Amino acid sequence: MSELTLTVMRLGFLAVLWLFVIVAVQVIRSDLFGTRVTQRAGRRGPERPAPRQQQPQQAAAASSGRGGGGGGRGNRTRRGAPTKLVVSEGSLTGTTVALQGQTITLGRAHDSTIVLDDDYASSRHARIYPDRDGQWIVEDLGSTNGTYLDRTRLTTPTPIPPGAPIRIGKTVIELRK
Amino acid sequence: MSLNLGNTTTIASGGTPNRRNTELALLVFAVIIPVFAYANVGLAKNDELPSGMIGYGLGIGLIAGIAHLVLRKFAPYADPLMLPIATLLNGLGLVLIWRLDHEPNLSPANAAPSQLMWSALGVALAIGVLVFLKDHRILQRYTYISMVVALVLLILPMFFPARFGARIWITIPGVGSLQPGEFAKIIIAVFFAGYLMVKRDALALASRRFMGLYLPRGRDLGPILAIWGLSLLILVFETDLGTSLLFFGMFVVMLYVATERTSWIIFGLLLSAAGAVFVASFNSHVASRVNNWLDPLARASNDGVTETAQAMFTFGSGGLMGSGLGQGFSRLIGGIAAKSDYILATIGEELGLAGMMAILLLYALLIERGMRTALAARDPFGKLLAVGLTGAFAIQVFVVAGGVTGLIPLTGMTMPFLAQGGSSVIANWALIAVLLRISDTARRPAPAPATNPDIEMTQVVRS
Repeated sequence: MSELTLTVMRLGFLAVLWLFVIVAVQVIRSDLFGTRVTQRAGRRGPERPAPRQQQPQQAAAASSGRGGGGGGRGNRTRRGAPTKLVVSEGSLTGTTVALQGQTITLGRAHDSTIVLDDDYASSRHARIYPDRDGQWIVEDLGSTNGTYLDRTRLTTPTPIPPGAPIRIGKTVIELRK
Repeated sequence: MSLNLGNTTTIASGGTPNRRNTELALLVFAVIIPVFAYANVGLAKNDELPSGMIGYGLGIGLIAGIAHLVLRKFAPYADPLMLPIATLLNGLGLVLIWRLDHEPNLSPANAAPSQLMWSALGVALAIGVLVFLKDHRILQRYTYISMVVALVLLILPMFFPARFGARIWITIPGVGSLQPGEFAKIIIAVFFAGYLMVKRDALALASRRFMGLYLPRGRDLGPILAIWGLSLLILVFETDLGTSLLFFGMFVVMLYVATERTSWIIFGLLLSAAGAVFVASFNSHVASRVNNWLDPLARASNDGVTETAQAMFTFGSGGLMGSGLGQGFSRLIGGIAAKSDYILATIGEELGLAGMMAILLLYALLIERGMRTALAARDPFGKLLAVGLTGAFAIQVFVVAGGVTGLIPLTGMTMPFLAQGGSSVIANWALIAVLLRISDTARRPAPAPATNPDIEMTQVVRS
């Protein structure tokens, strides 16, 4: 057999061997970092008003799957609009959530965006969402102890003025730039 | 407390938990590589594609395929990498043995067909383990029985005549011979795991602090001293450094994992070093191995070069990319162990440093998967058993690779899956099967929690 063929086979074999090693490492890598985003419909049941907006799913998937690289929707963010939600009092003090056009739910339920470890919070206490103009609205979801914006208890969905504290049980959250 | 971004989505880990399709793809790859190697050897040695190529490929493919189907049925969540890597190593081993069969002066002659048969038997045993061992925790019931069985297996070879300088074989007239130590390593891992699970608190907590080390109480040293004594007895009476190192090292690894005390590793290293020096000082077989290691270029008893030196020459002649399969001079190693202990030397020469590193990485990946299984296992017995089996495998790879490359004195152990030897390949397939069983249990999705925290009552603010 010619020298050339054997040399090609020798190097080809080494390449194939290493290819297997690399593929195996890739499989391990997908085991470590692979995440799957699935819709949560069906599990929730009818006890909760269905969320209105459908579009945040993609933004949420992008931000949670890839560490928030995607960013928000350009046409929805206004100049001077708040960019993050900060918990300033309560057991979650210091927690921040980036505001990217998605609805943020607050409550003791473990599938809330911010899971409140607070005896005075209801399981589905309140939600914060942007309206069509990008103004952030807070809405009480029929909680036991109520949601307070500044000092007033909420009765209807209310726009959030910048820097106004929202109190839920012992937890206070604010929207900041 | 957790943050879920987006209220209509959940984040689950790892794609689908069942990775059998990934395994199938890798398995096809793992069958094609040895067939490629087979063709390469045939072209290099005989200038033609070997006639058995189709049969060989189909044979390996069939064996691997059956194992894969059994995994689909009986262990659907098992690790996707273990079976393909083991298949690839076993297939490459078969090709290398077949390649060494071309050298007329190497004994045993014509070893590849019987090795293929042993491999098939090994996979059959692995399938048996997977089918009949529904849950690895059943093994916990046999903690002390397995101790007795392992001791019997370890002691038996002392009553049989030494072969090639070591008493690690038992011979059954008319059937053949086998190395019980290979099977004992699995059985004794069961004992260590069951024993340490019960005793680890006493071994970890009752200790005094001294110079940053936790010194165990005197009476807690009992088990490690007993195992040390046993491995010394193996070393003295069976003159086998490998087996002795394997069992003692495995115990120290499991002791360390069970107790999280670094002091056990230091004790283990001190004890094994003391034991090795002590035995090497009066046992001629062990002493000659140590001398070969210290001075490989010394003149051998047959007035030639030592096998250790020959093995080193093969690595040197292989260089970076190797001489190509079938184009090396492994026949010069001669002796009786070119197909078993020294098979790594053939790899080093014909595949070069690049191929050697790939093979060692394959072993490392297999060991990593075993350790990952131990981390993921939910029960302490499974964790310890997975660590013990993986540790035994890792120590065996280290002892053989270290011996052939001249890092430590050579011992009579076989490279798992690669080297020629029936007991070894069968036992290692069984070991992989137990690890697959543990990983299936570990990676199975957890059952949903029974109680829902959401339905707890909310307290009302009274003012």
